[in-house]
Amino acid sequence: MEHAIPFVSTFTVFVLAIFVGYYVVWSVTPALHTPLMAVTNALSGIIIVGAMLQVVPITGNEITPTSILGAIAVLLASINIFGGFAVTERMLDMFKGKKKKQ
Amino acid sequence: MANLAQYGDWAYLIGAVLFILTLRGLSSPTSAVMGNRYGMAGMALAILATFVVAWPQNPNVLLIVGAMVVGAGIGLYRAKTVPMTQMPETVALMHSLVGLAAVLIAVAAVLHADSSFMYKLKHGSTLSRFELFVGCFVGAITFTASVIAWGKLSAKLAAKPLKGAWVKPVQAALFLAMLGCGGWYFIYDDLNAFFAMTAIALVFGYFWIAPIGGGDMPVVVSLLNSLSGWAAAGIGFTLGNSMLIIAGSLVGSSGAILSYIMCKAMNRSLLNVLFGGFGADAGAAADAGDGKEKTYKAGSPDDAAFLMTNADSVVIVPGYGLAQARAQNAVKELANALKEKGVTVRYAIHPVAGRMPGHMNVLLAEADVPYEDVKEMDEINSDFPSTDVVLVIGANDVVNPAAKDNPSSPIYGMPILEANRARTVMVIKRSMATGYAGLDNDLFYLDKTMMVFGDAKKVLEDMVKAVTGGGH
Repeated sequence: MEHAIPFVSTFTVFVLAIFVGYYVVWSVTPALHTPLMAVTNALSGIIIVGAMLQVVPITGNEITPTSILGAIAVLLASINIFGGFAVTERMLDMFKGKKKKQ
Repeated sequence: MANLAQYGDWAYLIGAVLFILTLRGLSSPTSAVMGNRYGMAGMALAILATFVVAWPQNPNVLLIVGAMVVGAGIGLYRAKTVPMTQMPETVALMHSLVGLAAVLIAVAAVLHADSSFMYKLKHGSTLSRFELFVGCFVGAITFTASVIAWGKLSAKLAAKPLKGAWVKPVQAALFLAMLGCGGWYFIYDDLNAFFAMTAIALVFGYFWIAPIGGGDMPVVVSLLNSLSGWAAAGIGFTLGNSMLIIAGSLVGSSGAILSYIMCKAMNRSLLNVLFGGFGADAGAAADAGDGKEKTYKAGSPDDAAFLMTNADSVVIVPGYGLAQARAQNAVKELANALKEKGVTVRYAIHPVAGRMPGHMNVLLAEADVPYEDVKEMDEINSDFPSTDVVLVIGANDVVNPAAKDNPSSPIYGMPILEANRARTVMVIKRSMATGYAGLDNDLFYLDKTMMVFGDAKKVLEDMVKAVTGGGH
């Protein structure tokens, strides 16, 4: 289960992802900067993956302080995920709506 | 199980690609909707994959589902009901949730280091401890800083910056203490040091943002956006999860770019915004201004409406005052009324107008203002000399000509909307009070400028009446 991943390979992923983010985000039109923030909020909700893994211990099924903390983190992250995507959708509809009317 | 975990990593890869497409989609309003769907799909995939990996005969899975359902309910409810004028504080609040989640995960991981699933921290592994403490303190700072930002943006806390000679030493002391405790934990693996560091980071978050004023909020919100991403990436390092690292870095660089754009639009460095004490300097400079008694012309909404009706082209410059007065629908009514009279109406948006990047664009979009009518600063600045009327609504510093021609002004060098070059300028303002920077604005005293005092919404509605009714 626990493959020892060398630090340099995770770090490579990290550095490359920053570059991808840099070039992709520069292409975002300034009018959509608020939806950009809302959707990145939803994307930060990916931290839910880390939270879920805390809830489920490898050994034993018991509820521990770790699983409780993890569950709270899952709750917070889901607010971000569902709220973030939904509010982005709502905003984008506003931008799109009047395109149609034109 | 090992097989399933491998599939999990493949799912994370696809999810990460979908996330990149999400951001790519935002390059235009039409592709953005699809982009958002990609994001949802990527997220769903990542969560499902984690479920599959985490599933084996474990009753705690129910705990996850329960927490997720509650969170989804809260999030969806908030997303459906929040008014667009409250987006800045909503975004700030969401940043704080990511920060808090990061802290909880880090603490949970520390508490239960040995049995946490897929958790690679082994005692004696200093590298993992380092990642853990970075993820935790970035998360903790993000949490309290965002809560303060939220309080300022929603006017639940005084927007007035915390001031005093003691602020900077306290900030520095807290920061060093935080690093010290982190170092102690790193070297001696002492849990108490870890918790002390987390606590200090929480306090530091408060002292970091409290001294920053309301007008700098676009930078602060962007920066916290960035930090929440780095917190997620930090947790990703701890857990050795590339999906978290990639998503966190995307968010982190996105927020960093927004911060940079906002700083550039104010001609200030990030350090200056964060530690500059801008308000204090500006106050001194304003006092030192020419002591001459300056006169301005005030007019009624009817006068303004008459001039606009007879104009060929009108450019509307909205600012934070528009959001405060919730006047986005009124302004669009006015624009429509003028268009019916054959007037060309466009909107000019300064990058730092409002309290977050793109704030004005969203408000205008909510009011159904056509996307094509809304112009960025660079697009419209050259059109001002041939514009008959500029209508400034609740904006001040972003149209202050001192930024162009007064080298002693604190905002000198800041790019502005050159409203002063239009043939006539009208300014809707509540009073002659100075703007956020505490600066007087020469624009208000020009011969061609007419001040219309009052609540923006009320004034705009009166103008609409005058345009439609009194149009003969």
